[in-house]
Amino acid sequence: MKIPYYPGCTLNTVAKGFDLSARESARTLGFELAELEQWSCCGASFPLTPDNIIGLTSPAKVLIDAAKMDPVVTTLCSVCYNVLKRTAETLAEDTERQKVVEDFIEERYNPSIEVLHFVEILRDRIGFEKVKEKVKRPLGGIKAASYYGCMLLRPFKTMGIDRAEAPTVMEELLEALGLEPVEFPKKIECCGAHLAMTREDVVAKLSGDVIESATGCGAELVVTSCPLCQYNLEEAQSRAIEERRDWKTVPIVYFTQLLGYAMGQTEGVACFDKNRWDARELFKEKGVGSCQG
Amino acid sequence: MPRIGVFVCQCGNNIESTVDTRKVAEEMKDLPGVVFTCSYKFMCSSPGQEMLKEMIKKHDLDGVVVSACSPHMHEATFRKACEKAGLNPYRCEITNIREQCSWVHPDKTKKTGTLKSMDLTRMTIERLKRNRPLKTISMSVTRRALVIGGGIAGIQAALDMAEGGIEVILVEKEPSIGGNMARLSETFPTMDCSQCILTPKMVEAELNENIKLYTYSEVEKVDGYIGNFTVTIRKKARYVKEELCTGCGECWEKCPYKAESEFEMELKERKVIYTPFPQSVPNIPVIDAPDCVMIQKGKCGVCAKVCGPKAIDFEQKDEFIEEKIGAIVVATGYELMPNERFGEYGYGKIKDVISGLQFERLASSSGPTGGRIVRPSDGKEPETVVFIQCVGSRDEKKGVAYCSKVCCMYTAKHTMLYKHKVHHGQAYVFYMDIRSGGKRYEEFVRRAIEHDGAMYLRGRVSRVYEKDGKVIVQGADTLSGTQVEIEADMVVLATAMVPRGSAVELAQRLGIGYDKYGFYNEYHPKLRPVETVNAGIYLAGTCIGPMDIPDSVSMGSAAASKVLSLFAKEKLAREPIVAHVDTPVCNACWDCLTACPYKAIEKEGIRDREGNIVRWHAKVNEGVCQGCGVCVAACRSKCIDLAGYRDEEVFAAINAF
Amino acid sequence: MKIKIENRALKSEELKHLERITGEVPARCYQCGNCSAGCPLSYMMDYPPSQMIRLLQLGRIEEAKRAESVWLCVSCMQCYARCPKDVSAGTLFEGLRHLALREGKDYRKIKELDMPFLKGAPQQALVCGFRKFVS
Repeated sequence: MKIPYYPGCTLNTVAKGFDLSARESARTLGFELAELEQWSCCGASFPLTPDNIIGLTSPAKVLIDAAKMDPVVTTLCSVCYNVLKRTAETLAEDTERQKVVEDFIEERYNPSIEVLHFVEILRDRIGFEKVKEKVKRPLGGIKAASYYGCMLLRPFKTMGIDRAEAPTVMEELLEALGLEPVEFPKKIECCGAHLAMTREDVVAKLSGDVIESATGCGAELVVTSCPLCQYNLEEAQSRAIEERRDWKTVPIVYFTQLLGYAMGQTEGVACFDKNRWDARELFKEKGVGSCQG
Repeated sequence: MPRIGVFVCQCGNNIESTVDTRKVAEEMKDLPGVVFTCSYKFMCSSPGQEMLKEMIKKHDLDGVVVSACSPHMHEATFRKACEKAGLNPYRCEITNIREQCSWVHPDKTKKTGTLKSMDLTRMTIERLKRNRPLKTISMSVTRRALVIGGGIAGIQAALDMAEGGIEVILVEKEPSIGGNMARLSETFPTMDCSQCILTPKMVEAELNENIKLYTYSEVEKVDGYIGNFTVTIRKKARYVKEELCTGCGECWEKCPYKAESEFEMELKERKVIYTPFPQSVPNIPVIDAPDCVMIQKGKCGVCAKVCGPKAIDFEQKDEFIEEKIGAIVVATGYELMPNERFGEYGYGKIKDVISGLQFERLASSSGPTGGRIVRPSDGKEPETVVFIQCVGSRDEKKGVAYCSKVCCMYTAKHTMLYKHKVHHGQAYVFYMDIRSGGKRYEEFVRRAIEHDGAMYLRGRVSRVYEKDGKVIVQGADTLSGTQVEIEADMVVLATAMVPRGSAVELAQRLGIGYDKYGFYNEYHPKLRPVETVNAGIYLAGTCIGPMDIPDSVSMGSAAASKVLSLFAKEKLAREPIVAHVDTPVCNACWDCLTACPYKAIEKEGIRDREGNIVRWHAKVNEGVCQGCGVCVAACRSKCIDLAGYRDEEVFAAINAF
Repeated sequence: MKIKIENRALKSEELKHLERITGEVPARCYQCGNCSAGCPLSYMMDYPPSQMIRLLQLGRIEEAKRAESVWLCVSCMQCYARCPKDVSAGTLFEGLRHLALREGKDYRKIKELDMPFLKGAPQQALVCGFRKFVS
């Protein structure tokens, strides 16, 4: 099985581990993430105002190219997923805007394209049971907080990856990998997003609150699906340890890093060393993650 | 020797947690006359009642004491059970060991509660021993009803009763029925025209053979009791002979004098001989005597000259009519609190500050402007209208503490009517909360805001004043935290609804309760909402409290159904707990007569053979007596006793303590 | 503060323009405050989302445009997700940003940006930030 795959800019650069471990995991699970032959940036933010049609052209082009391979495209980055999925919905519902976009790109748009997040592929096409069978390094005993943030979930009507206000899909995956999911109040709150550019203080507060909320519930690890969340949470921690002596840092990792590692990939694939706090130290400390069979 | 059974209820844990009911039962066993005692989980349950009946038969009991909850709860239940077992129901007495014992003595050792329960039960047993079997009193009933007030609630009640075959007397103090509803333009939330839905009912009331209309009339006096009232109605002089008048209108066409129209809320003048509005029922005019030059000075008489059927009668006097009836529905309605009380809004000083009811008249197609919304000052179309809610309502200091309930809705309606008539106009509403509970009400308010563009400002108005032909409104929008100022053309006040000025006086005449504002009290605000403490007198509509048309109509129908079910009985049965006079002992001092709050004591003479009265004594009218016992206490010669609570019984109970 | 409310302002062309480009109708909002309750940036804003909408309802669009809130909103869509009246405060914020950016009033100049940030941050932060803050 080959599934068209859109990596997006960030996964091609600073979040390489997110990308590599996902590709490798797919192979282990018996399918291939087939990267689109050509792709551009999705725009990194969905144009909210309906008159901003130009903002739709870039993601629309990605969808047009994907549809040439298969009527399904998958992605990993929460933001890419959000932008692509909302664009697909907008263009499918609004033929007027679809027409303008087509005229601009000079290509036909295929409204049947379906955008799926990688975790949806795992849940609905592979099954977490199958994932569980493939686990070679159970990460038992590690308390992990699944941080969804905004982009996977909102607006609910469009995104619908899981139950809007109380999603559990990530937790279910982590459970399959042998981790102990931790429920925490701020799991769907905002990290501060692109305010990283203008208001570090605000990001430090919001992301710091997310981490404290998670660690306060016993989390030893925070799992995300968004490179910007990952960056903001790490930045917030770096800042926090400077300001607060009692701050206990936790690794902030992508869910595919854990997935691949648990399924026995070589450690290099996940690029744990690229995270500011290396999760392997935690594994060592906890005495988990040694290969079984 | 009596054969008494004592049944002590555990009421689950309600009683049992602080009263050892078994011990109470055990203790009562040895009292003389007691032949059976027991403790039981729920005496009021069907098995409990069955057990009661079974024990009465098994032990041949002639009296029963149930120590349980308040007699308000289950006295009727247990008495009925006793009756079914062949016992006189009044040989069953209740001891309250729940509300007056277990619930107020939280002593978990059960010591206090148990001892007190024993005392109370013993007292009841002693009282029961001296108790006599009583028979319910049966009374005749006059199957005619009186409705006071011809607004929508009263009309609905009258129509429903008439439909049920009851003869109804409908008394209205204005020259026409219709009440405040006749003034309204459209009604929320359906926006149907008020007169279009009301006038058919008015006409129906006029034409219905079972309904006798007395308009321009008031209830002067009420005597009697449930099933047997006598009322005196004052029919005010109309100066028009109703039986001759054809309602042709010639008289008011030609009348040369004018006065402010009450119906049009001073927005228009009417003639001195007039009907309040074109669809008046009956369509018979009245002469406004204080303004009539003929009546006051003996000059004019134009109306009499032009009247074809010669119906004008300047000599007419108030007439008093006595009617016998069996039940009364009170539906006297509401009026608006005087706006002048709120000086900051300038009502009365600024012509373009009007009340909600005045706005209704402006918007009404039959109103003074034919439905054009214009400023009273210069007749121009207002481009900006500010509506102020809660004028007097929810204002403990200057107004009333309660919410008038309908203003939020009618203000929303006003903004819509205004927008529909003045398309370029802008409505502003100052509100504290928007209270739109009711079917399709919230949606209605949202429509006013979202569809018709009414601008709602959450806050109060501090001052309204005139400047360069504009009405300046200063206030606050607390949602944005700013003071605001609006240059308006007109201001409409949603003034508090209050009871009629005459409400208290009428309540006293009827012997029904009222609150501090003068709204009539229901027997029970939830479970008996249209009854009063005075049996046979029912309530409907806004005389109870602010309510809208659907609620008023429902209550009118509810009151009617109460009357119909009362009249469905051949004879009225009532509790025999009434006072009795031992006539030979009575020395006719009449202290009882003065003391009785229900006018139940009458003087009765004993005549000799020639028919001359030789002696007087007091007599209790069983129909009127409420069994309060005031006469018993007042009687100097101790010749009055209250059935079921005779001195002998009460003293026995006290002695047993 | 004290303001004079004018019929004209309630129906101003600019307000109508904002409604047109955003597809949102501020009048639909009944000021329950759910957006302000859930907004992660409320605590920093000079006017939280519901008050921003209030300003628009009152025709005070100039004040709304000047508000710092406009540049604090990160389009997390919590406001819209929770809004019982289906009003998207986030979209109105975006519309207000457009009004400013289309007038050439950038919130940040690229030159002013911090170099370490430009090097270390994920691309998506830069792309998104540029789109939100720069014309």
